[in-house]
Amino acid sequence: MAKNSARDIEVTTFATHQIITQPNPLRKVLRRVEEKDMDDPVARAEQALADLAGEFKGWMATEVDRLSAAYAAISDHGFTKDRRDELFHAAHDIKGDAATFGYPAAAGVAESLCRVIEHAPDLARVPAELFTHHINAILAIVHENTKLDTISVSAELSRRLRKVADDYLADVNRDRPEHLEVILSPSIVPAE
Amino acid sequence: MFRIDFNKLRFLICDDNPHMRRILRTLLHSFGAREVYEAEDGATALEMYSHYVPDIVIADWAMPIFDGLELAQMIRQPESKGNPYAPIIMLTGHSEKRRVTVARDAGVTEFLAKPISAKGLYQRILNVVASPRPFIKTKTYFGPDRRRNTSSAYMGPERRVGEKHEVLQQPSLLDKARSSI
Repeated sequence: MAKNSARDIEVTTFATHQIITQPNPLRKVLRRVEEKDMDDPVARAEQALADLAGEFKGWMATEVDRLSAAYAAISDHGFTKDRRDELFHAAHDIKGDAATFGYPAAAGVAESLCRVIEHAPDLARVPAELFTHHINAILAIVHENTKLDTISVSAELSRRLRKVADDYLADVNRDRPEHLEVILSPSIVPAE
Repeated sequence: MFRIDFNKLRFLICDDNPHMRRILRTLLHSFGAREVYEAEDGATALEMYSHYVPDIVIADWAMPIFDGLELAQMIRQPESKGNPYAPIIMLTGHSEKRRVTVARDAGVTEFLAKPISAKGLYQRILNVVASPRPFIKTKTYFGPDRRRNTSSAYMGPERRVGEKHEVLQQPSLLDKARSSI
C-alpha cells in the first residue's frame, strides 16, 4: 500500500531542482477519533516494555560480555580495524541500550568510551588505563546496579570518567579542529 | 484527534542488535502493528525492502555489510524499480549534531536518538504518516525536503531557486531529534 502509481506523482521542474509531490500513500491508516477516546497506544507500549524488563539484566550482561571480549582481543593482540570496530560497536550498543535496560550511568560511560575510540588520533597510543577504567566502570555499574546507594556513585563515576576522557581528547586533538568541534559540542540528547 | 491504524501498516526493522530488534518489535506490536519484518544487516534489509515493500523503515545507523546510511541512500534511488519514497526513521545511538545532518542528507525522513521511548517512536511514526513532505531531486540529492527553518536569507551554493514558496514551516530534523518526543 505504500507506493502510489506513477500517474499519481506530480513533478514540478525548476532551474536547479525538481519538487515531487504525490497523494499521501499512508493517509488511509489515519482515523479520526473522539477526544474522549480512551485508547492510548503509547501507554500500552510502555506497559509492554515494562513487562519485558525482566529480561533486561540478562541482555545487559550479554552486552557487557561482548565489550569485555572485544577489549580482551585488543589487549592480547593489539588494534586492527576489525578489533577497533568491534570495540566501538560493543560500546556504541551499550551507549544506546543501557538506559532502556535501566543502567543510564553505564550508557554515559559507554558514550565516553565511544568518543575516545572515535576521536583519538592514534588508538595504540591511548593509555590503556583509559580503556580499562571505562570498561571496569561499566562492569561495576551493571553488577552493582541493584544497590540503591550505588546509583549516585555510578552517576558520579560516569561524570568523572567523561571529564578525564574529554580532557585527554581535547589535548590530543588540539591541532585537529574538526574533531575538537565535535568533542566540545553538546549532545542532542537532553541530559538526564 | 487522529489515531493510526497500525494493523494496516507494514514495518521493516533493520538493526544488528537482537535486543533492540526485540524492543522495537514489542513496541510496534503494542501500537497494534501486525506486519513487522526484521533484518540484522543492511544487505538483508535491502533485499527485504524490495520483497516486502514496507510502508515504514526503521533503521539503525551502525550495521554490518552496509550501514543504515548506505541503506537509506540505496532506497533513495529515483530511478529504482522499487519504492524510493518510503519514510525512513533512523534510530541510533549517535547523538551528535553532525550525524543528524549527515542522515538528513542521505534522505532519512526522521531521526530518533537512543535511548528509545514509546512516545518518541510513536511521534516519529505519526509525523511520517500524517505530515509527509514533498520530495526534492537535485544533482546531488534525492529525498524528503530538507528545508524546514525560516532562514530565507540563506544564500549558500545549494540554495534552490525559482519557487514561489521557499520555506516550509516545520521544525528542523535537528530540533526534533533534540526533543524527547
